[in-house]
Amino acid sequence: MAVEYETHEHDVIVIGAGGAGLRAAIEAAAQGVSVGLVCKSLLGKAHTVMAEGGIAAALGNVWPEDNWQVHFRDTMRGGKMLNNWRMAQLHAQEAPERVLELERWGALFDRTKDGLILQRDFGGHRYARLAHVGDRTGLEMIRTLQYHAIHQGIDVYMECKVERLLRDGERIRGAFGYWRNTGAFVLFKAKAVVLATGGIGKIYEITSNSWEYTGDGHAAALWAGADLIDMEFVQFHPTGMVWPPSVRGIVVTEGVRGDGGTLRNNQGERFMFRYVPEFFKAETADNEAEADRWYEDKRNNRITPDLLPRDEVARAINAEVKAGRGSPHGGVFLDIGTRRPPDYIKKRLPSMYHQFKELAGVDITKETMEVGPTCHYVMGGVRVDADTTQSTVPGLFAAGEVAGGLHGSNRLGGNSLSDLLVFGRRAGLYAALYAKDLGGRVVVDTAQVEAIARELLEPFTRPWNENPYAIQAELQETMQDLVRIIRTESELRHALRKIDGLKDRAKKVRVEGGRTYNPGWHTALDLRSLLTVAECVTLAAIERKESRGGHTRDDYPKTEAEWGKENVVVRQKNGTIQIAREPLPEMPVELRRLFEEKK
Amino acid sequence: MPTYTMRVFRGDARRGDFREYHVETAEGMVVLDVIHRIQATQAHDLACRWNCKAGKCGSCSAEINGKPRLMCMTRMDTLAAGAPITVAPIRTFPLIRDLVTDVSYNYEKAKTVPPLRLKPPDPDGRYRMMQEDIDRIQEFHKCIECFLCQDVCHVIRDHDLKRQFAGPRFFIKIAALDMHPLDTRNRTEFAAREAGIGLCNITTCCTEVCPEGIHITDNGIIPMKERRADDYDPIVWLLRKFRGQRPEPA
Repeated sequence: MAVEYETHEHDVIVIGAGGAGLRAAIEAAAQGVSVGLVCKSLLGKAHTVMAEGGIAAALGNVWPEDNWQVHFRDTMRGGKMLNNWRMAQLHAQEAPERVLELERWGALFDRTKDGLILQRDFGGHRYARLAHVGDRTGLEMIRTLQYHAIHQGIDVYMECKVERLLRDGERIRGAFGYWRNTGAFVLFKAKAVVLATGGIGKIYEITSNSWEYTGDGHAAALWAGADLIDMEFVQFHPTGMVWPPSVRGIVVTEGVRGDGGTLRNNQGERFMFRYVPEFFKAETADNEAEADRWYEDKRNNRITPDLLPRDEVARAINAEVKAGRGSPHGGVFLDIGTRRPPDYIKKRLPSMYHQFKELAGVDITKETMEVGPTCHYVMGGVRVDADTTQSTVPGLFAAGEVAGGLHGSNRLGGNSLSDLLVFGRRAGLYAALYAKDLGGRVVVDTAQVEAIARELLEPFTRPWNENPYAIQAELQETMQDLVRIIRTESELRHALRKIDGLKDRAKKVRVEGGRTYNPGWHTALDLRSLLTVAECVTLAAIERKESRGGHTRDDYPKTEAEWGKENVVVRQKNGTIQIAREPLPEMPVELRRLFEEKK
Repeated sequence: MPTYTMRVFRGDARRGDFREYHVETAEGMVVLDVIHRIQATQAHDLACRWNCKAGKCGSCSAEINGKPRLMCMTRMDTLAAGAPITVAPIRTFPLIRDLVTDVSYNYEKAKTVPPLRLKPPDPDGRYRMMQEDIDRIQEFHKCIECFLCQDVCHVIRDHDLKRQFAGPRFFIKIAALDMHPLDTRNRTEFAAREAGIGLCNITTCCTEVCPEGIHITDNGIIPMKERRADDYDPIVWLLRKFRGQRPEPA
């Protein structure tokens, strides 16, 4: 059976059009190569649009003491030193220029009194560092990039879903997928591919992530032979909405705490003071008065424990709820209404005000919010070269959440948007240079393409009747219950068995209807990557026998120095997923000094 | 919680009609939750667009009981449980399937808007803007491109003047660029000739449906119409000729 598909050819194709993908496409186009930008949703709807708090960049507009070294140090310490040091260095060094560039492209950040870009406090950042627009920074960023990109001669393929990467011997040759609107197949021939597909949060039930976050890029890279690292590290944002049930998981920006909000338990206690780990004790306030003074005077006071890195805060909330000190609906209280005036709250946090008012019937200027942890981000991803973002497969590049390394075991808030800009640009640049060097024409194995196409059509004709939505829901339940914030070996093994069972059932999914915009079919196809990344996370979590950042083991509660020198690597060989431990790149002496000098 | 009868449009460009689904709801549910529940349990192939489910991405626009709204921000408990609730695709754009329409018109118009042309930075290489000078533009930047304003605009919806008319979404885009303190371009001619702002007769329907509460008409469209009138005012024209400045936004 011959399968029909259309063909497009570009020097570089970028998969994903959030912050990283748009920035990559813009940069590649600037190098004069032909660029295709492929995105699952309409342009401008990618997950970046949901980012609230801001872009971390040591501009020094509010605190002149800030500089890239301080940002670098905060990032590494936030990641519990498991970060790829070179990525963390490039990120801290280049983020300010990327923010200023956005401004030159039309972004309007909130201003200081002198007319410069205002910066706000966020968890784990020594100084107020986040360039922001109220609490809708992601929207400003994606819109700016989107409207800049449409004038750069980039071909945009909207509502087009890439299913597989194509490889020919060693190199990447393109990608294959389908148009969501028509269900028709499409082949992209390309010399270089940039993955900018975001994360995997849809493997969890309670998540801040949209339907798009099905781990497509992680899975496609793995299947194409690329290494993944750090997949055990999943970030649970400490403050997701918990009530009513239909909004459970939607993020409440860390900006609430950055702007003066505080966490309380049902006794009214500011419990975070009891959860400051040894690692952060010297730099964190130990009393309420000092913590409150810190907002205005950072020189003479230490940071409030409300703004410890996210992994610490999420674990603390988890423990409070477990101890019976939670809120009525299983979270804790987040209070800004008693601490800041209503006008200030509405100006700084308009979306939060609106979101609670409309969806929960809560006026945050008067009432406390109920919040609890929600799956938010995966630190792990495609292993890349720090400078070029190239994966272990020649011609395959990755940037943003789909790439691993920058954030180590835990990402600081605000470091995601800056990551997208810094490494999105680098991915676009180096993919374009790679494509120029390669030259020649791209030849694709049509038998390989047709085999994929036939596989994608299978759900229409299978003799079984499994429901794709039910399998997705069971996977989410499994991960929520067994691959939790706090993990143990027996539960992780149990999860693996369940995932295996779901993989079998996924092969029996049958969908009704035709190929035109059929979400049942789309969900059936997404299951393959969802189950793959769920397995990667679980296997990596079993392997790492210690607790660090976004990976906490009940059976191995300590952070172990030996494990601090190793990444868990996931790769596929002969159809099975394999796990390895490999050494981290070693930080040069001059950077190591930054951690010794200031305690 | 009550069980609702939902009348959801099913069909494509050729044919279609409303089909009834009975759905049990839980506290706080929004229309999008109900659509998802129908998808998961009764009609796996029911097509709808959505992303963030928090009113930030503007994907899930639909006409609920005849009103253009975001499905993710419409709580079920604001709708009466007694009567059936209709959910239809936004009518102004060609139907693809069920609740999904072809909104490519908007993306085509987006490309026509002349982009920012930056003025030189301050002598120290930096750009400065005062908060009070960008407050209004930040209001326009809140736009989530749900295209509900485009959906209700009579010029597009009833008169189908898509070729010569860009619509309210792009009038505030043009206004945002024109009012940008760092921009050096004048888009008054563009707004009139290419974007067809003269066709707007200020019925404020766009403003009424904006889920972000942007004052599209008062703060965007009317100042632009006034500016165009100013540009044709011979006295203003002469003044500008001598002073060499462009008229300030209202």
